[in-house]
Amino acid sequence: MEIFNIQGGAKLNGHKSLTADLEIITTPMPDILHIPLQQHIGAPAEPIVNHGDRVLKGQLIATSKGLISAPVHAPTSGIVKRIGDFPAPHPSGLPVLTLTLEPDGLNEWAALPEPLDIETATSQEIADRVSQSGIVGMGGATFPSAVKLNLGQRYKLEMLVINGAECEPYLTCDDRLMQERTEKTVMGIRVMMKALNVPKALIAIEANKPHAFKAMEEECANDDNINIVNVPARYPMGSEKHLVQALTGKETPAKGMTADLGVVVHNVATAFAVYEAIYLGRPLISRIVTVSGQAINKPGNYDTLIGTPVSSLIALSGGMSSEPKQLLMGGPMMGQPLPNLDVPIIKGSSGILALIDTETIDQDVMPCIGCGSCVMVCPVALLPLDMASRIQHEDMDGADSIGVRDCVSCGSCNYVCPSHIPLVQYFNHAKGRLKEQDIDRRNQDRMKDLAQKRASRDEKTLLALEQKRADREAYNAAMTKMDGKGHGTDNEMDIK
Amino acid sequence: MLEAILSLTALGVVLGTILGIASRYLKVEGNPLIEEIEQMMPGTQCGQCGYPGCAPAAEGLVKGEAEVTLCPPGGKSLAVALAEKLGVEVDLSKMENKEKALAFVDENLCIGCTRCFQVCPTDALLGGPQQIHTVISDICTSCEDCIDVCPTGALRMVTVEKTMQTWHWPMPENHNKGATFNGNL
Amino acid sequence: MTYIPPMSGPYMRKNKSVRRSMLLVMAALTPATAYGFYLFGWPAIILFSITLGSAFIFEVMCLLLAKRSITMYAFDGSAILTAWLLAISLPPWAPWWIGVIGAAIAIILGKQVFGGLGQNVFNPAMVARVALLISFPLQMTTYMQPIPLFSSAAPSFMEGVGIIFGTSSFDAVSSASLLSTIKTDLGQGIALGEIMAGQYIPSDWILGNSVSSIGEGSALLLIAGGIFLIFGRIMTWYIPVSTIIALGLMATLFNIIDPSQYPDAMVHLFSGATMLVVFFIATDPVTSPMSPKGQIVFGIGLGLLVYIIRTWAAYPEGMSFAILLMNAMTPLIDRYVRPRIFGRTQKGDPIKLSEKA
Repeated sequence: MEIFNIQGGAKLNGHKSLTADLEIITTPMPDILHIPLQQHIGAPAEPIVNHGDRVLKGQLIATSKGLISAPVHAPTSGIVKRIGDFPAPHPSGLPVLTLTLEPDGLNEWAALPEPLDIETATSQEIADRVSQSGIVGMGGATFPSAVKLNLGQRYKLEMLVINGAECEPYLTCDDRLMQERTEKTVMGIRVMMKALNVPKALIAIEANKPHAFKAMEEECANDDNINIVNVPARYPMGSEKHLVQALTGKETPAKGMTADLGVVVHNVATAFAVYEAIYLGRPLISRIVTVSGQAINKPGNYDTLIGTPVSSLIALSGGMSSEPKQLLMGGPMMGQPLPNLDVPIIKGSSGILALIDTETIDQDVMPCIGCGSCVMVCPVALLPLDMASRIQHEDMDGADSIGVRDCVSCGSCNYVCPSHIPLVQYFNHAKGRLKEQDIDRRNQDRMKDLAQKRASRDEKTLLALEQKRADREAYNAAMTKMDGKGHGTDNEMDIK
Repeated sequence: MLEAILSLTALGVVLGTILGIASRYLKVEGNPLIEEIEQMMPGTQCGQCGYPGCAPAAEGLVKGEAEVTLCPPGGKSLAVALAEKLGVEVDLSKMENKEKALAFVDENLCIGCTRCFQVCPTDALLGGPQQIHTVISDICTSCEDCIDVCPTGALRMVTVEKTMQTWHWPMPENHNKGATFNGNL
Repeated sequence: MTYIPPMSGPYMRKNKSVRRSMLLVMAALTPATAYGFYLFGWPAIILFSITLGSAFIFEVMCLLLAKRSITMYAFDGSAILTAWLLAISLPPWAPWWIGVIGAAIAIILGKQVFGGLGQNVFNPAMVARVALLISFPLQMTTYMQPIPLFSSAAPSFMEGVGIIFGTSSFDAVSSASLLSTIKTDLGQGIALGEIMAGQYIPSDWILGNSVSSIGEGSALLLIAGGIFLIFGRIMTWYIPVSTIIALGLMATLFNIIDPSQYPDAMVHLFSGATMLVVFFIATDPVTSPMSPKGQIVFGIGLGLLVYIIRTWAAYPEGMSFAILLMNAMTPLIDRYVRPRIFGRTQKGDPIKLSEKA
């Protein structure tokens, strides 16, 4: 099958050998679980249990709110110790509403919904089940998957693409999933195809995963509708729009979705979660996390319950051999630094990395020499140095006019900059400021409106007052003419 | 020598005539710039800039009497946009990085005197006589007019905390004394 | 508790740095420079060293005045590289003060006054060269035939010192460069064919056995250095290729029109400072456009300007002026020539998909 080139991109040193050949290990039960009620894009889920309640494994503990949201389920049976703010696994360290659960060790399942019969289930039924199971994009984007499965109703779709690229260095969770849980993953893919009502599916796997490729190819050998495709190991091949470009040669229009091209992309781990939801009735309560980096004693791929504190996961995987220079959730390119080790694993946590100083970087920034390396590697064909220059000079609108909102924050530009400039930070800052500005501008329009209404109301009141005063004086004048005495007052209370 | 003098003089006369004709027939009445600047201002007539409203402030800017950094609600982005419109340099170091703050009524101290909502330009203050007042934070413009008139100090400005939804990465520190990037772009 | 923002990602970087890029460019220049030393002997080596040394001193002085970190900026290699490029474009036996004044103009006026690394508009080496050319035309146009370093006729080290410091009266055969010979003789009405016969041996020019500045001589070594840098991803191929094509096409076109007046492409490409400038000076990242399309426009403009200045303007060597003019155009090119963004048309609107049934 023809693979098209993506523009730009960088060839990264994968560092995947640390964990690529290690089988998935299921971690033992941690002592405490902290389950954030927002682990997805969209509105936070609302808790429906209370402090002190005993919940069962897989029980619904928070309902989704609105169209773009996802429910949350208990990862194991136990007592609800607390529902309140807890530090989120987010670089800001800000709190998020979190349900703290103390496992009772029994691991008792709640009553689960019946498995769906794939032959007879409709797309809506499948999407509903996926929605009820709290499944979100497991590649890290955490977009509610049911919404993406419903796209078949609004768009004319031709193809499902399963993203098995895993372009971030160090991460191997998707790789191992495809090698060890092949049959179930493919069953999940077929469910997705049914939900989306598409005739065919492509599973894209980067060239650095030959074993996964072979496993998936063997599984789908007799299925004409599913093809396994080898894509070059070029970062950011896993970026949805670029993967679609590599497979179809078409560019997703700016501000649009791949569905505009008739393609929907789902992560391969999401497909596995869909299998569990449809065939076993199980909600999303665990995921595979790659724990890696040279500061980790026993790197590996760990099947972990959602809500496991990072400290527990690291301890259960053998602990750290030294103080890491950088502690990240995700990969080294787009991963986020963790504020502390108590924060939990969430639905989108593909990896925990503890990097020593030779594996990561320093912030020794030199002036920009205009070399243009960033321009050559940008997969969106933007001009990173131009945008960053405008942002540094506080010209956010200028940066917007040359496309900073189209930036996918992949970090390829940062990777190649010889002056070590933190370009991605400039762009993330600008995107935040522009979002603020949008809200401010909308508010400003509303406030201008209100201020004008108030001003005109004040004017009317003043005019009415003047009118009343004039009337009163006229009355007084008329009365005085009649009987020569003074009448009435200028007192406001009287006039009213 | 003579040809040079003659040719340059002729050029000067011709171009000067063209400019004269243009200034007469292509003249622009009034100064539309003031209106355009006024459109860019927040429009809440809060008075923090020292002018009695946004229209006089716009006039002051166009006349060159006011700095583009005059508007706290507009912030740095407005200052930069104004500078570009007026074609002047802007020195943002003088602008404080004011945290966004909204008015807040301490219900323990409010006596229901009604003085505050009489001055609020956007009707963001709700209340009646002898009843505790409150602020509709969505439409508070941070103009601080109400703070000035509250007799009990129940009204004060409270910084808006960042939440996970509103947090974003800060600007990278400037390690290179002024400019990491070439300002020629 | 004050919130200290964490360091932002990405947390991986390619092993690149400003210093490494500068060092690689110097490495690429070394063969041509060494060959120039061989051709022109000790005086050239001494002049080169004086130029680089004074550039370093001026750079440190400026950094101290501007209160910038010496460890970070003085040793990033940019001042040395600028001085290197200036030195190898000087006449080989120019007096020592040409080197010092040139270094001062390049570093102080050409670079630090604008704000230091990355802030200059014009290529500092070219600024210095042009300033020297206009201010000291005699010293800047006194070239000579090469005298290989270890031959009997070559000056010794002490004699070299004497030559550069003006104390010796070494008997050197001064010559004019090929391009200036062509210009003066064409001006006197001599046909090109006659001028070239006996003057111009192509192999000499390509290999470097010619009357030129220290580094301009061997076009082959310079091309090799340039190709090394392109493959090492230190520079892109857009500027060198588009300049060579533009210049070559113009030269060929006019040569076909009138071979007795207009030298052919080989002469233009392989004499003068063409290869040096095309690969090492035009590609200076700070003063050239940042996008591939912009770089192509820059290269074409450069090629055309060089041809025009060399053929119809008063100076035989048009490269330095052409570079300065194109450097001035760079911000303009960067503003209007932009790549097409993914998912958008060239104008910037999102691409419209054709409506399918």
